[in-house]
Amino acid sequence: MLRRGKLVELAIEKVLIRTAGYLAVVILFLILLFILREGAPFFTSYRLDEFILRADWYPLSGRYGMLPLLSGSLLVTAVALIFSVPMAICSAIFISEIAPPVLRNLLKVLLEILASVPSVVFGFIGIVLLGPWLQQLLGIRTGMNALTAGILLAFMALPTIASVAEEALQAVPRSLREASLALGASRMQTILKVTVPAASTGIIAGIMLGVGRAIGETMTVMMVAGGSPQITLSPLEPVRTITGTIAAEMGEVVMGDQHYRALFMLGLLLFLITLGINTLSGVIIDRIRRRQGGRGGQGT
Amino acid sequence: MTMEDSTNPQPILQVRDLNLFYGEKQVLKKISMEITPHSITAIIGPSGCGKSTLLRCFNRMNDLIENCRVEGSIIFGGKTEINDRKLDVTELRRRIGMVFQRPNPFPKSIYDNIAYGIRVAGKVSKSELDARVEEALRKVGLWEEVSDRLEDSGMALSGGQAQRLCIARTIATRPDIILMDEPTSALDPISTQTIEELILELRENYTVVIVTHNMQQAARISDFTAFLYQGELVEHSPTKIMFTRPAEKRTEDYITGRFG
Repeated sequence: MLRRGKLVELAIEKVLIRTAGYLAVVILFLILLFILREGAPFFTSYRLDEFILRADWYPLSGRYGMLPLLSGSLLVTAVALIFSVPMAICSAIFISEIAPPVLRNLLKVLLEILASVPSVVFGFIGIVLLGPWLQQLLGIRTGMNALTAGILLAFMALPTIASVAEEALQAVPRSLREASLALGASRMQTILKVTVPAASTGIIAGIMLGVGRAIGETMTVMMVAGGSPQITLSPLEPVRTITGTIAAEMGEVVMGDQHYRALFMLGLLLFLITLGINTLSGVIIDRIRRRQGGRGGQGT
Repeated sequence: MTMEDSTNPQPILQVRDLNLFYGEKQVLKKISMEITPHSITAIIGPSGCGKSTLLRCFNRMNDLIENCRVEGSIIFGGKTEINDRKLDVTELRRRIGMVFQRPNPFPKSIYDNIAYGIRVAGKVSKSELDARVEEALRKVGLWEEVSDRLEDSGMALSGGQAQRLCIARTIATRPDIILMDEPTSALDPISTQTIEELILELRENYTVVIVTHNMQQAARISDFTAFLYQGELVEHSPTKIMFTRPAEKRTEDYITGRFG
């Protein structure tokens, strides 16, 4: 005979915790199903290869090539990473390894505040300050371009990358730093050759989170990227991203028509990209762990 | 560094009136002692008596601790003042290496673990690096065990092997003194024995100062023993004398297990 308390405990374990555990998977699956249900019929009236390979996105003329949007998203994200990764890693190193405790706590709070700035505000900054300023500085025809959007996204991805990287650096055992210093390495050598490599898996995880943040960001890029669906490698050109397209056009479509379904397929594309990034980061992190070895697979 | 003739060796470390404070708390009290070159000196004493702190004075590792203040003088090799704030500590730490309580290999390959200290000291050719890595691994008796897997991670080694790797890593920078902070306390008895034998071999080329919790270990391997109690150096004499005819009552009480 089970006591009542025991029964309640069992119920909590079986029902509550397991349900919560499976819930995330179930929700994810339902979202995927929903996107597919709304989007997949698109290909009954439009060819998959045209969607993937066409270089123009003109819904009004019934042309749905996703390439310019994909290239726009990737270009803006690339610009964002070029700016944010070095900045974020440097600030993580400073906060974790160099700053005195008081300054460290202050900077961590500031990073959190930066992370909480709404993306619309970054959009304002882009439209009013950064865009016109870059336009003048570089003598280009418009300040609303991939560069402006990328720089703003960099500031949005910065706190994500920096705080994860900072935690990874903090998790490096003190004994490794001491070993390095005791061998006659300077503080800088210790940081660059021991602490940062030992934290590399965490730093990469942070970068990947930053990539996810940048590629999924909608409002800012919609406001400042320029909105022109073209395939270009120049960050000085106006571009249109996947997210921006969905957000801007969703309000104008008729539910259930071809355009509507095309936007859902863009959503699926975005979903696949993030999935790809997560898988890739998993592979990289795994490989580094294996090379460093002996860390019980889970690292710190 | 070439040391003087062995008949009357000049001390390699001369500690004079060393006081150390963590904030207001005085951890080391007026310590004066001399360390003879090519000897093994064991520092013993109960937990919290300041053994490790004293050891870490010799390579300035206490610099890392905030609120740590050091007074007095430690002369290295007859002329270098270790407590000189202008001293290049990276150079000092190459000459006075340190092995820690828990094996702490870097998450790098076995080769890179050894090469690390050499590389940070300056550029060396690949062939010289190879030679010095091999030399260091041979000195700790690890070469036969790992020569075919130098690219494996140093963290994949067993505890005893990892500690020998850490000793090899220290040797590779060609120090004069090797400081050891309870180097076997995290190891099993067999690995401990291997390390002790290694320490005895090291005496030929290096001066070893070892902090140990284990009095039998001190008796087995050291030439001199220093007994530290509550931050004071109670007694410092040849190990044989210390363990048979201690001059101080407190020493006798400690080594016979009456406290600590």
